[in-house]
Amino acid sequence: MENLLFGDNQFFGVNHMSEEKARSQAMRFQDINTVIEVLDNAYDEGIKTFMCTTHERIELVCNHMRANPERYADYQFMPCMPYAHKYANAMTDHGMLGAIKHFLPEEGFLDVAMRSGMSLAKKDIEGMTTLLIDAEMKMFSGLKTPVIFLQNVVVDFLLGLGFNEAFRIFANHVKVRYGAEPGFITMNMPKLLDVLESLGIENPIICSNINKVGFRMSGGFEAYEKALKEKKFRAIAMSVFASGAISPREAIEWVCQQPNIESIVFGASSKGNIRSTRELVDQYWSK
Amino acid sequence: MIRIAVVGLGKMGLSHQSIINAHPGVKLAAICDRTGYVLDVLNKYTGVPTFSDFDAMLREVELDAIIIATPSGMHGPMVKAALDKNIHVFCEKPFNLNAEEARELAILADEKKLVNQVGYHYRFVGTFQEVKRLLDAGVIGDISHVLAEAYGPVVMRPKGSTWRSQRDAGGGCLYDYAAHPINLVNWYLGMPYGVGGSVLNSIFSKETDDEVFGSLYFEGGQSCQVSVNWSDESYRKMSAKISIWGSAGRIIADRQEMQVYLRDTAKIPEGYLQGWNVRNITELTEEVWFYVRGEEYSAQLDYFVKCIEEKQLDNVNSFSNAAMTDKVIEMMIADAAKGASVTGDKAVPITRERRKGFFPFLSAN
Repeated sequence: MENLLFGDNQFFGVNHMSEEKARSQAMRFQDINTVIEVLDNAYDEGIKTFMCTTHERIELVCNHMRANPERYADYQFMPCMPYAHKYANAMTDHGMLGAIKHFLPEEGFLDVAMRSGMSLAKKDIEGMTTLLIDAEMKMFSGLKTPVIFLQNVVVDFLLGLGFNEAFRIFANHVKVRYGAEPGFITMNMPKLLDVLESLGIENPIICSNINKVGFRMSGGFEAYEKALKEKKFRAIAMSVFASGAISPREAIEWVCQQPNIESIVFGASSKGNIRSTRELVDQYWSK
Repeated sequence: MIRIAVVGLGKMGLSHQSIINAHPGVKLAAICDRTGYVLDVLNKYTGVPTFSDFDAMLREVELDAIIIATPSGMHGPMVKAALDKNIHVFCEKPFNLNAEEARELAILADEKKLVNQVGYHYRFVGTFQEVKRLLDAGVIGDISHVLAEAYGPVVMRPKGSTWRSQRDAGGGCLYDYAAHPINLVNWYLGMPYGVGGSVLNSIFSKETDDEVFGSLYFEGGQSCQVSVNWSDESYRKMSAKISIWGSAGRIIADRQEMQVYLRDTAKIPEGYLQGWNVRNITELTEEVWFYVRGEEYSAQLDYFVKCIEEKQLDNVNSFSNAAMTDKVIEMMIADAAKGASVTGDKAVPITRERRKGFFPFLSAN
């Protein structure tokens, strides 16, 4: 895994500090070409992995990459699924079962029909889960997806319920069907790590907030430090700037000092910010 | 260990179940829902005891507390049954579609000395809490006006098949969305003595409202404008915002950010300056033990548990607080039914003409 991964919050009006900023970013990136331009800037800085939500607009980015295979020969995606808001809104509209049915393919190959019909009837979530994963993965067809992530809102929801079997199903399907490593995004890293260990999911890729001020590091700063020091897993740090609460230099210097972190995921909109982050990581990251 | 049950496994109930199950001081003793399917899946994969009959659950399971997240129209009898069994109650908002019943339940809970809380989670958001602190300290002087807004993309087409699309069951923009900013205004300014100019419009929904506008009038001379729309797709998710004008400054707050302008006449609190001040949620949020979808959802349940453990009864978001919001909602429905004031001071109801035909969506302008 590269030590810097490019994130996508800035493209979709997600900003933990300001709704005004989020909106102006959403407007700026309304044209998918402006998104691609930023991805190109990152690519040219050597940041060749895009860790992105399975937002419907990402499909346009995928189409662009597929259409220009030479330009993006080394490019890879790390899809993060699902884009939760579409499910949450569908649940208000259709109720829970209705929402699931809404996103399951209505007809199609026998395999799909079997998995969907049988699993709904048997209350077996494996069939449904794998179908939903396949639906989300469609847009990445033909592109490199070495790691596939389960989004934090789903991971943490399941973690709270104790619905551990879902993690095993996800990990297994992603490995078997896509030859990819399963990744888990969470706001509760120490707790998740214990559960994955108990399921026998070894050396898992876990992406969580890791920042100097402890922002959204649920379970406590000390528990995170301890896990990084003592546990066997592949850590990706996100929110390293704590949404702007820490200066870039201070933030990167601190993260680079922590043990066991394989990668940092960050979002930026300008060439200048991408470059300066790259330079800070080059300066402080001792391999 | 506090033994808790969750009733009603829709969007909010499942979210509460996940959060409360991860609480170190809680034992999730049972879950209850009418949909056997959801129960069976949860029982099969998590082992939690399940019930499809609420009364049977109350009879058979020893409970200290209950989280009620059923459709709003069903809250009343369930809350009453739980209180009668001396069980502490956390109930989803809106608390009760009948303001009088809400008041009676508040009295009953207080008499029985049971913790009673309603899920107005915005009162657990750092920015809105800071607004409350500044207002209580009189920082912006005499308040003259509040603008209370909420927008989001919930109902974007005519079809809807759940209780949330019917006002009778507690569905609609007023109950679901507008209740939040109104409740924040109740927190900041108290109970209005009157409402006016209420508009409950449908954009897509056939049996309820999709946008809500209206004025609230307060004893101190303050006024409040409510502006809410849950059919606004330009918002990625629900966004609530409060703007407050005072004689010594102005406060604007949403979930992420608080902007405060203070005049030189303001009582400037520590950490603030004359002129503009911006504070963000990152510095105003307290970390939670377990995070699913926003600190406030975890914080409100942790607070509920703490109130039970410490026998604290004058809690935030009590039934009597929530009953205020229920009353305002009731007043706005009655006011909207009267329609506009017209020449000669006569109020006449105005109904929008709707085109008929096979394409009902064409008539929704």
